[in-house]
Amino acid sequence: MTATAEQVTLKHPMAKYIREDRMPWIYCPGCSIGIVTGMITRAIDTLGIDFSKVVVVSGIGCSGRTSGYFKTGTFHTTHGRAIPFATGVKIANPDLELLVVAGDGDLAAIGGNHLIHACRRNIDMTVVCINNFNYGMTGGQFGPTTEHEKWTQTSPAPIGNIEHPFNLVKLAASSGATFVARWTAVQVRRATKSIEKGITKQGLSFIEIVGACPTAYGRMNRLGEGVDMHKHLLEVTDIQNGLPPHEAELDYARRIVCGEFVDIEKPEYTDVLKQMHAKVRK
Amino acid sequence: MPERTMFTMGDIACAEGALSAGCRYFGGYPITPATEIAEWMAVRMPELSGAYVQYEDEIASITSVIGASWAGIKAMTATSGPGASLMMEAVGLAVMTETPIVIVNIMRGGPSTGQPTRGQQGDVLQAKWGSHGDYQIIALTPASVQEMFDLTVRAFNLSEKYRVPVFLLADEIVGHMREALVIPDEKSLKLVSRKMPKSEPSEYLPFKPDDDLVPPMALLGTKYQFYATGLTHDERGYPTDSDEVQIELVTRLNEKILRHIDEITEVERYFLDDAEIAIVAYGTPARSARRAVKDARAKGIKAGMLRLKTVWPFPEEPIAQLASDVKHIIVPEQNMGQVYYMVRAFAAPTPVHLMTKPAGTPQLPDEILRKIMEVHAK
Ligand SMILES: Cc1ncc(C[n+]2csc(CCOP(=O)(O)OP(=O)(O)O)c2C)c(N)n1
Ligand code: SF4
Ligand SMILES: [Mg+2]
Repeated sequence: MTATAEQVTLKHPMAKYIREDRMPWIYCPGCSIGIVTGMITRAIDTLGIDFSKVVVVSGIGCSGRTSGYFKTGTFHTTHGRAIPFATGVKIANPDLELLVVAGDGDLAAIGGNHLIHACRRNIDMTVVCINNFNYGMTGGQFGPTTEHEKWTQTSPAPIGNIEHPFNLVKLAASSGATFVARWTAVQVRRATKSIEKGITKQGLSFIEIVGACPTAYGRMNRLGEGVDMHKHLLEVTDIQNGLPPHEAELDYARRIVCGEFVDIEKPEYTDVLKQMHAKVRK
Repeated sequence: MPERTMFTMGDIACAEGALSAGCRYFGGYPITPATEIAEWMAVRMPELSGAYVQYEDEIASITSVIGASWAGIKAMTATSGPGASLMMEAVGLAVMTETPIVIVNIMRGGPSTGQPTRGQQGDVLQAKWGSHGDYQIIALTPASVQEMFDLTVRAFNLSEKYRVPVFLLADEIVGHMREALVIPDEKSLKLVSRKMPKSEPSEYLPFKPDDDLVPPMALLGTKYQFYATGLTHDERGYPTDSDEVQIELVTRLNEKILRHIDEITEVERYFLDDAEIAIVAYGTPARSARRAVKDARAKGIKAGMLRLKTVWPFPEEPIAQLASDVKHIIVPEQNMGQVYYMVRAFAAPTPVHLMTKPAGTPQLPDEILRKIMEVHAK
């Protein structure tokens, strides 16, 4: 089939933020990561901020590949270390807008210590965690958000996962993050709004996007194809904006509480640093 | 600031050297015997509107330093053995993404927690081989308080010039000793800054090297957009599985240091003109060796010393030359023998005698003198 002139000029409205020369990307069909990438571009577009001042950082994993598709200054760190890298950038140049996009394993297992300390420091950055309940990139092993008795490559049937998961909303909120939200990959408009708020917020924003990894987690737990998994997310979402974060339960099969749970003001790290410098100079 | 003199310790001289070199970001986690560097930075950085940031661990410290460097600030971290071990993965990231940073390791007794307050030279091979994969590293080895300053400045200059992580490897004795330090007039210091791209942003290839094998470095948050990754990448910075690109990249990362080895490596020659027995040493044992050489000369033995101020890249040529000029080489190290194996590789067939001492007390001048006499009697 030969393309018509009309088809050739059709372009995705968000393509200007994306390295089109890197397409097709590595994600499997039905994966949520592409949806989250779309949310971020739309948030940036709506805010109308200078994209060259936005720095996207990620760790390692399927979710960790996200940074490489954005057409701005982007950095792919070692596994778990996106937050410390972004912290160094932000302190060295506080004018930049730092976005960290990474997976549940990256941010809550190997990088878990950095996550809680960045929340405690309240350094201005937006952390988007794509929670697909497993280590997708390495073929689907259990991780810090895998639910009890769920099957993965390293928690096979008939026993399943003998551990219990973190609730990332509770973790970030109790560690001191000033903006905390959770959505699933199907609440695109709401999630995008929260990402916008996170970017605008002067402080650490943590946004969990519950997503689907049909290739590994979905297959092993017989959750169906990508479409089935996303349909399920829609069905079990319970939107409860403003609910105290400690009540934001996540039970994959029955009820995923979504919404914005924390939105508070606290002194931000680089602001305080600037004030302290002024104090010393006096 | 005009020239000033201090009576101070090696760790503080190192911190002052970094500040004079333009370092305005320090990320660290306290550890003996490098803590004084962090403490000094915590006082001095705010005065210069720089940042002292204390992280939750050494992995975060070094990774944040890489981040600060990509935002255009000269940055460093300082640690000792246990922290250096934690940093190793990130050293590889700095190598692969060609990030100028300085890592100070004030070496203490090991393995493991070892002897925190006692010196050793146990991490020399770690600095070269500690991260996975094939790479070259630059490591400088000061032997005095003044050199803690001078070589820290040099470490920054080399890191900026070649876009590489540079180690300052000092043993605890050098880190904690107190001597006079002359901080030169800031205008007299030669400082190097990384090359910035001149091309149009649309034509910028972030990992395309110039003739010196070093690519110009764009910063985050500028009109240049790029992807820097620890994955094997082509000149655009894009990841690839290609054998060709992998070979080309790894070769270039090695070659950009090896091709400039003469410019990078520094040695001090001491009484070598007519020497028959040469000591090869670095750091504290070199201070003992200096005395031992004098004492040997007083006994009529033609001894001398080649002191290494750079251990990586290894000064192959000066060692090979030395080996052809002398009859014996003695290597005293505060470890079980690390640089010794490198010396042996380039000195063959000249005999190389190792003096090990994996302890806080270094080889004393008398011990080295006895070894010189023993070798002389052969
Ligand atoms: C230090 C280190 N350990 C292990 C790995 C292997 N590894 C790569 S990605 C990954 C897990 C990623 O999981 P997650 O962050 O949840 O991302 P996902 O792939 O699920 O999106 C692991 C364990 C690594 N790259 N580095
Ligand atoms: S393995 Fe899972 S997380 Fe990774 S791209 Fe495929 S579906 Fe997405
Ligand atoms: Mg995951």
